[in-house]
Amino acid sequence: MTTTPFAGPTTTAAARATDLTKVYGEGETRVVALDGVCVDFRQAQFTAIMGPSGSGKSTLMHCVAGLDTFSSGSVRIGDTELGSLKDKQLTKLRRDKIGFIFQAFNLLPTLTALENITLPMDIAGRKPDQQWLENVIRMVGLSDRLGHRPSQLSGGQQQRVAVARALASKPEIIFGDEPTGNLDSRSGAEVLGFLRNSVRELGQTVVMVTHDPVAAAYADRVVFLADGRIVDETYEPTADAVLDRMKRFDAKGRTS
Amino acid sequence: MFRTALRNVFAHKARLLMTVLAVMLGVAFVSGTLVFTNTISHALSKSSAKGFDHVDVALTPGATAAAGDKVSKEVKLTDATLGKAESVPGAASAYGVVSGYAAVAGQDGKLVGNGFASQGGNYWAGSGGKDVRYPLKEGSAPHGRNQVALDAKTAERAGYKVGDRVRLSVDGPVLTPTLSGIFTTDDGNVAAGGSLALFDTATAQRLFHKPGAYDEIDVTAAAGTGQDRLKRNIGKALGDAAVHTETGQQLADDQASQITSSMSSMRTMLLIFAGIALFVGVFIIANTFTMLVAQRTKELALMRAVGASRRQVTRSVLLEAFVVGSVAAVTGLAVGVGIGAGMRALISDTGAVIPDGPLVVSPGTVVSALVVGILVTLLAAWLPGHRAAKIPPVAAMSAVHAAPTTKSLVLRNTLGALVSAVGVTAVLAATAMSGSSGRMPMAAGAGLLVIGVFILTPVLSRPLIAAAAPVLRAFGVSGKLARLNAVRNPRRTAATASALMIGLTLITGLTVIAGSVQSGIDKMAADSLKADYVVSMANGNPLSPEVLKTLDKTDGVTATSGLSNSPSRIDGTTEFLTGVNGGTIRQLAQLTMRSGTFTVGGSHVVVDDETAEQHSLTTGSSFTVHYEDGKRQRLKVAGVYQHNEIMRGILIDTRTLDPHLTDAVSDMQVMVKTSGGATDATKDRLTRALGDNPAVKVQDRQDISDQVARIFTLMLNMLYGLLAMAVIVAVLGVINTLAMSVFERRQEIGMLRAIGVNRKGVKRMVRLESLIISLFGGALGLGLGVFFGWAAGELISGSLSTYELNLPWGRMALFLALAAVVGILAALWPARRAARLNMLAAIKAE
Repeated sequence: MTTTPFAGPTTTAAARATDLTKVYGEGETRVVALDGVCVDFRQAQFTAIMGPSGSGKSTLMHCVAGLDTFSSGSVRIGDTELGSLKDKQLTKLRRDKIGFIFQAFNLLPTLTALENITLPMDIAGRKPDQQWLENVIRMVGLSDRLGHRPSQLSGGQQQRVAVARALASKPEIIFGDEPTGNLDSRSGAEVLGFLRNSVRELGQTVVMVTHDPVAAAYADRVVFLADGRIVDETYEPTADAVLDRMKRFDAKGRTS
Repeated sequence: MFRTALRNVFAHKARLLMTVLAVMLGVAFVSGTLVFTNTISHALSKSSAKGFDHVDVALTPGATAAAGDKVSKEVKLTDATLGKAESVPGAASAYGVVSGYAAVAGQDGKLVGNGFASQGGNYWAGSGGKDVRYPLKEGSAPHGRNQVALDAKTAERAGYKVGDRVRLSVDGPVLTPTLSGIFTTDDGNVAAGGSLALFDTATAQRLFHKPGAYDEIDVTAAAGTGQDRLKRNIGKALGDAAVHTETGQQLADDQASQITSSMSSMRTMLLIFAGIALFVGVFIIANTFTMLVAQRTKELALMRAVGASRRQVTRSVLLEAFVVGSVAAVTGLAVGVGIGAGMRALISDTGAVIPDGPLVVSPGTVVSALVVGILVTLLAAWLPGHRAAKIPPVAAMSAVHAAPTTKSLVLRNTLGALVSAVGVTAVLAATAMSGSSGRMPMAAGAGLLVIGVFILTPVLSRPLIAAAAPVLRAFGVSGKLARLNAVRNPRRTAATASALMIGLTLITGLTVIAGSVQSGIDKMAADSLKADYVVSMANGNPLSPEVLKTLDKTDGVTATSGLSNSPSRIDGTTEFLTGVNGGTIRQLAQLTMRSGTFTVGGSHVVVDDETAEQHSLTTGSSFTVHYEDGKRQRLKVAGVYQHNEIMRGILIDTRTLDPHLTDAVSDMQVMVKTSGGATDATKDRLTRALGDNPAVKVQDRQDISDQVARIFTLMLNMLYGLLAMAVIVAVLGVINTLAMSVFERRQEIGMLRAIGVNRKGVKRMVRLESLIISLFGGALGLGLGVFFGWAAGELISGSLSTYELNLPWGRMALFLALAAVVGILAALWPARRAARLNMLAAIKAE
């Protein structure tokens, strides 16, 4: 089952993992975090990766996003194979093709909101597309907060800045690592709404790791991981359906 | 509580390393100084005490007091005095001591030793023709005018063997006596690297211009007679006014206390520099503990929440400081003992001979090293400790780090501005005062200004670092982030930069002063000296009259004038008359006349402005002078000149002065004008005419400037060396701050790496931040140093009229470059750590 890619019928993949394996340690302490994962993340689709703690969902995201190395298999972002890239090329790839939203520490406290949003372009030494930038900023509703520093913004506003930053450089794919993990439900809903809008309206590709069924319900598709393998997937999920699926993991965890 | 503190220290080993190193260096400096000076003074007093083994009572000439129109005169010690002293009850034997200057040249014609410790004396052939002070190692005692004996060290250094002709000079003409013998001595001067040449008594008396007289008569006591009793007996027999008597014990004690006091001034100087290094260290310690407290905010708040009192929190921080201080003090002491031993070896290597002796590590050294190390650390941790106590228990729950409030910076800036203003005012006021009275207010003002600038550094950091933005833009995002990070925590940046500022302020100030004095002296030599050459003795003693005669006869010499000194009494005070050749002096010296003319001859003299003012003399007025032989004469003031460093006092024609001199005519210097001007060939001719004499210096204007320059260079290099310690400690501070900052910002760095900054970019960011902080400290130091240099120059110009402010741009650029190097070096390790940071761990870490 794990050898069959969970590739849907439509369009091409923005990112693809094939037989992806990640092993930590050796001998007695050997831990298999990812065990031959095959998965496609299609363009203009919002995918949520779910699974119980220790299932390897964060590791999968880190490997596909070029943040972490893997033991075997292959990862492609667009046409680029990550396995053969050196740190410098990987960094450049992340800079130019990938957007990130982390759970925390997304922003540099010394920079204003606007400077944080344009940071990836500044790093690349590129001029931002003004029209696009204004669209993004208007979408996340930060127009009157651009000169503020992160310490002057609420947690929800900070994550909106992070979303704007991820979108501003028009990356091929955006990865979110529990982007709403530190937010209250209302702020979380806002941020998830922006992500979904960016997929629906702007054709952005988004992959998000979460443990929250409500967050997962915003996605077009949910991929379930357990023990380093993909065990299930759902399209057009609802929070209840996801919760039910997750409860089955819990029951399995308790019985085994 | 103690266990918690100890655990914390171990938990933060790496982060406390720089603090320990900084304190350790300071303590090592202190204890090294103490060990070194104690060891030297112990060895010197031991060897000097040995020198008085053969003396029970020493007689030195008494003197009549200067009174009325009489010049003070020495009473001579003669053979008659010796005879009387020897026959006093309780005296066993007596010997006369004659001493003077005797420069010994090696086989190569060069002076042995530095010229100042070149001593000559007499070999007193006592019972059996032997001098108990100087046991002969080889050969025999010197006899007659053509024999000399040398101490073993000098003979070896100069390469002389018994029977060789020795080149030496006493006050002018070169002598070439035969080396009759080589002796050993524990004379302190020889032990310290000097030379000693001995002649028989009559020859020594003749050479040192003391015919029939002794400088000292040493009497040994007969068995059973105490030194004090012998001293009383001699005083009774010879009259207390005519001779000074001192027991051997007194002499030994005097010398010991003299050694102690001369060592103590050296010790004070070294300790001042150690103090500077420790002071710089205080900033680092305070910075470290502030950062540790900030990082542990939650932990400390938790302690408060579970019931620890404020006092307990403060105490836990201070306990930690105590542990750190103790570790640093103990290792510092160990390193210091090593430094003390190393310094002795180093100084021995440079040629100065230090008498052997054990390494002295006194209990005082141990106690002061420990106390200094621990106290300094505790003192520096005091403020962070109290800040820690103010953390509210609720901070344990909140995720936000307590940001420094701007309110306290307002208070700080007001205080800093006030202190700086008072400091600047005091320094400016002091520049208007005269030399010595301005010194104290200037030092106090300078101290205040430095403290004021310390307090103001946080607020100064923003505009100064912002000014660097255009340059940093070239480095893209790394440059921008580095600049923002540098001003992110102004207090931390300020404390780090201040540490560097102190060293650079002192270095720059000293360099400015030295450079300015140097150019002042160059100018003076060029302005006031018209002579091509000035001939003098290497040790500053008077020259033999032969020198002037020889020079007069030398080819190409067109004019000469000696400069002789003779005491006289005018209006009941002592004034020194300077004898010059009235016929030639105007070709040799340039004087700025305030009034009258530069005419010296017959009863016409010229007087400098200070002396004229003191005795109310003006051009055309007359005054009575009482010469040293008691005769008097009316002299007329032909002109009043402005004094300078070469000429001051009353200039009188030698033909008028010489008949009144009681000793042989002796010139301090001879000025020479030659037909061809100052060239190497002329100099060679003069040197050859004087018999290639090792003791006589023939200097042109450049040589005189160079001589001063050499002294300044030596002094500056020594001070640079001592201040280097403060700079090293400052480097540790920069490393410390950066390492801590990298640690604190690891999540940010991880995020930056994730969104596309490569390792190089992260490295560059840390390096640039380090560079900014270092250059900021360097620029402040340069600014303050130049200001202090200028202010001190205003005081100096009172006593050196040609002083002019000379900003050593090259050196200053070098110092700024040094600050940049400091920045780059300090960032090496922290930048590498930042670049190697595991970005996933960093992002995930709470």
